Parts: sequence; C-alpha cells; structure tokens
Amino acid sequence: MRFQRIKAIVRKESIQVARDPFSLAMGFLMPLMLLFIFGYAISLDVDELTTVVNDLDKTSASRELVKQFTASGYFKIVKQVDRYQDIDYYLDSGRARVAIAIPVDFLSKAVTHKGARFQIIVDGSDSNTATIALGYASGIAEQAIRRFAGVSVAPVIDVRARVWYNPELKSKNFIIPGLVAVIMAVVGALLTSLTIAREWERGTMEQLISSPVKVPELIIGKLLPYFVIGLIDVLFSAGLGVFLFEVPLKGSLIALVVVSSIFLFGVLSLGILVSILAKSQVLACQVAIIASYLPAFLLSGFMFAIPNMPKALQILSYVVPARYFVGMLKDIFLKGNSISFFLFDAALLLGFGTLLFALANVKLKKVME
Amino acid sequence: MIDASEAVHVENLRRNFGAFTAVDGIDLRVSKGEIFGFLGPNGAGKSTTIRMLCGLLMPTGGKGTVAGFDIVRQPEEIKKRIGYMSQKFSLYEDLTVSQNIDFFTGIYGVSKEKRKARKDWVLEMAGLDEKRDALTRSLAGGFKQRLALGCDILHEPPILFLDEPTSGVDPLSRRNFWSLIYSMSRSGVTVFVTTHYMDEAEYCDRLALIYKGKIVAEGRPADLKERSMSRDVLEIEVDRALDALELLADAGIETAVFGTLLHATVDRGEEAGPRIEAILKSAGFTVRAIEKIAPSLEDVFVNLIEAS
Repeated sequence: MRFQRIKAIVRKESIQVARDPFSLAMGFLMPLMLLFIFGYAISLDVDELTTVVNDLDKTSASRELVKQFTASGYFKIVKQVDRYQDIDYYLDSGRARVAIAIPVDFLSKAVTHKGARFQIIVDGSDSNTATIALGYASGIAEQAIRRFAGVSVAPVIDVRARVWYNPELKSKNFIIPGLVAVIMAVVGALLTSLTIAREWERGTMEQLISSPVKVPELIIGKLLPYFVIGLIDVLFSAGLGVFLFEVPLKGSLIALVVVSSIFLFGVLSLGILVSILAKSQVLACQVAIIASYLPAFLLSGFMFAIPNMPKALQILSYVVPARYFVGMLKDIFLKGNSISFFLFDAALLLGFGTLLFALANVKLKKVME
Repeated sequence: MIDASEAVHVENLRRNFGAFTAVDGIDLRVSKGEIFGFLGPNGAGKSTTIRMLCGLLMPTGGKGTVAGFDIVRQPEEIKKRIGYMSQKFSLYEDLTVSQNIDFFTGIYGVSKEKRKARKDWVLEMAGLDEKRDALTRSLAGGFKQRLALGCDILHEPPILFLDEPTSGVDPLSRRNFWSLIYSMSRSGVTVFVTTHYMDEAEYCDRLALIYKGKIVAEGRPADLKERSMSRDVLEIEVDRALDALELLADAGIETAVFGTLLHATVDRGEEAGPRIEAILKSAGFTVRAIEKIAPSLEDVFVNLIEAS
C-alpha cells in the first residue's frame, strides 16, 4: 500500500467531480432539494382538516359542540349545510374531509340523559389522515361527553398522556433526521456506482490496470473524495435542519459524525461494488438506486413506520442498513442518546461496510475478460 | 525452454473467447532493445496478444515470460516493468495536460527527486509546454498520442508495448512519433508495437505477421520481402479500379487494391504486363500505366495471406 498512489487517485477523482456538473448536482444540489421538499412541502401533520357541518339541532349545545372542534385547531369549518344529504357532495368532491352531523333532538336528549347522538364521517381514502382525524374527533367527543355529564363528576381513571422526544408531534422532526440517511444513500451509492464503470466505458481502466497500482489503493483512492462529500452533506443537512427547520439536535455532533461515517463507509463500498460488477454506467446507476436509494426511502422507517408494515417487509427491513442508521439518527436528534445506546447497531453497520469493502476488493480484478 | 533473459518469450500462446479463437498458439521472441513490429489486419489477434503479454488478459493456454516474469503467475511484477499504450486513447480528457502527467506520476510511483525532471521531459517531448494547463480534451490527435506515450513511460520502463499507437494520427505526427520510438530504442528500451500501417513496419528491426490468430511470417523486413516475394509485382494505373480488379481476378491473376492503383502479383512481369494490358483494353478500360515495382511489405503481406 503506497500513500503516493492513493493521493494521486484522490486528487484525480476530486478534479473530475469538480468538473462534472452531474456529480456536483447530485452531491450538493440534490441534498438541498430534498431538504426543502421535506422541510417545507411535505408534511404528515394533520391539522386544519376541512370540515362540513350539518347542524339540525341549532341549539346552544350543538353550537358548543361544533365550537369544541374548531377550537382544537385540527378542524376548520368550510361550510354549514342545511340538509344531511348535502354532506355527500362535500366529501365526494374533496371539499371537505370530515363531516359532523347533529340531529334535531341533540339538546333535548342530552339534558334528559336519553342518549344524545351525533355523527362524524371521515373521508377514508387517505387512511393515514383518516386515522389521525378519527383520533382527534374521538378525543373531542370524549371531552364533550364529560361536559354534558356535569363538571362535578370526577373521572374514575385519570389518564395523563404525554409525548416524549417530539412533544408537538411535528412530522418534520422525525422526517429530517431520517432524510440524512436518504441523502447519504444517494450520494454514497449513486455517485460512486459511476466511478469504476465510467473508467471501463472510457477505456481509462485498461491503462489503470496495466499500471502497478494495487486494488485496495484504487478503491480507497476512489472512495475518499466521496466520503468527504458525504460528510459535508451530513453537516450541511444537520445544520439546515437545526437552524432553518428548527429540528432539535439533542445529541452530540460527534456522535452524528461518527455514526454517519460508519454508514457512509457502507454505502460507498456498496456503490463501488456495484460499479465493479456492472461495468456500465447506466446499469450501475439503476442497480444502485434499487439497492440503496429505494430501501433507504421505503424500508428504513424514515417516513413509513416499520411496525406498521406487513410482516414480510418488516423482516426484510432488517437487512436494510439504512434502517439502523435512521434509528440512530432519530436517537441522536430527538432523544439525545449517547453512542452507548446504539453500540450494537453501529457495530452491525460497521460489519456491513467491512463486508462490502472486502467484497469490492475481491471482485475488482486487474485483468480484462 | 522459456528464456527469461529475453524481453519477451512466449510459446504456444492461445486465447479463446467462447467458441472463437482469437490467438491460436503463437510463439514470439523479442530481444532486449529491439523494435519488434506486430502486424496484421483488424481482428487478427494483435490486441489480444499484447494484452496477454502485459498481464491484462489471462491466456487460455501456453506459457511465457515478459521482462523475466511469468505472464500467468506474475502479471503484477510485469506491470511494474512495462509501459503500455492501449489502442483506445486512455488519458483523462477532463483533466489538464499537467494533471494527467501528475496522476500517472503518482500511479507509477515515480520518486520525488525525479518527478519534476520527468514531467518536464514529457512536456517537451510532446511539445505541450505551453499547453500544460489546457484540458486534454481540447488537444489535437498527434499531441494526445504523444502525451499518452509520455504518461505511459514516466517510470522509464525497460519494455514498451504500443497497441496501434499511430491510428488516427496525421502522417507528419506519425513520422515524429517513430523517430521518438527510435531514440528510445537506441537508449536500450525494448519496443513491441502493433500496427496495420505497412509503411511503419519498415521501421522495425523484426516483424511478425499475424492473421486469423496465427503467425504467418516472421523475420527482418528485408528478409521477409526477399523470402516471400520471389514473384514480381506490377503496379497498374487504370480507370474504374474496382471493376478492373474483378475482371483480373476472374482471369486468375492475383490482384489487390492500393489506394487508386492495383497491384498484381505475377510469376514474370515481362510476360504478364502485356497480357494484363490486353485483357483490360479489350474490356474497354483505359490503362494509363503498368509498371514493375519493388514489392513493399504490404505486397508481401497480401501475398502471404492469400497463400495461407
């Protein structure tokens, strides 16, 4: 192993990245875009649910009930309709996602304790939103029941639910830390997947393998520049997340850098392995997307909670390295855990990286076929 | 026995690609300091052979040494001692001249003390001193080729393998290139060069002609001409050369196209000349000249291939 040769490759590779608009865009523009898309545009938070109200009772009690819904901040009344059938139009057209229907006898039944009823209809075509809306609605209904039953009655059981780590349940607080994993997967695997394939396609690989350069020197030299780009992206994403999107970073920056480095080592090795095996840029790029970007996006728990997945996908997620990384990122950002909490996961990722790196070294042969 | 003191010595070298035999059991010996020309048409097995000698391609059969090291077991030792210029232009087009030189200096492990001197030498040899900061992409063919050669010999290898180094380069650059190869050979470097330009073959100390994976002739250029050309060559200047070729071939006369001219290989020029002229004229061709010429290597080659 000679430092001189590694240095030569690192320099060459860095110059090439700096001169290649595609690599620059993928390395620096794409993370920025993802951050803005997920930070601003996409939100899983459910608030201001458009609501249509059909109040046939028109009493102080029914108005009080509706007021509780609007006061919660989760429901926004878009229309009061006079006929029950008109609700259909609003839900069908998507002008409202929730309907509240209060029958004429609501107040009279409530005061006489004869079982007052009202109805909530939720648009279930987006099941995620529907579930959350139902949860809010039941909570408000619960409070309403207590009120009508009389303030004096103390509850038999008093539940005080409290949310830890992300008390306001803001979706960007858990999406942005996980986004770092997706950005790493793209920068790591996608960019490096092109490097060896490009040399084969341009004919420069033939020159390289005729030289005394050793395989590990070549691989390390090619990985280092992308490792640096990856770390810059991590710090950049974390910085933007904390300062622009106000995501809390409760853990230490060092823990973040250490864990990210371990994950980067793995995806970079994966990218270079794909590049070695594919030998063409188009194929390498496609394989890299399927092998790293998609799992990181879909199966890592970054956006879609793993416990909600079908059993088969849950099992599959165990072999997705990004799953462990996303878990650790959320630990560091939201819980502020020290590294000792996820030492096992970190070791697992390091093992994954080492395995792929070794495989890349075995698979890159200094001969043609 | 393989003689490891020779620059190149291989026996019965063979390489298959699936069912296709690219190199079909060839023997080669190249002495130190020699310019050895490896000739043949495209697809004859030149590149496959040179790649096997450089340790880039494993032979299917046969054995041998390059620079004293076994081509199958010690390819990495060979790679430390050779310069290889592949047929495809192999520098980084998105790097500048200077950056390319620096990269290969690092890859070949040129020592710190020698780096500057070697770089200056390459820049001067390639005539690129003024253009050291130009992107390699922007260079003309002749400059690119000299830069590629320079980068491949930064580490001063004792043996140089050049695969069609002058293809796609203008005639003046080709001549300059060959004078460079000459001066290196004089300083003791062994040069193994493939080409399909027959005129370049005349510059070589020794030649081997490869056709369909087999060596069809080997020797000094002068000996080759003498040995295989006991017959005469007539150069014919005629209109519609391709039609004339067909007519003569039908008449059983070995004929080949050379540019706009035809070369006919005949037993005795004095007799055949008038006969060819008669055949062509009776078919309505305008014969401008028929002349007996000294056979070139190209004639030798065409003759050998037709015989094989």
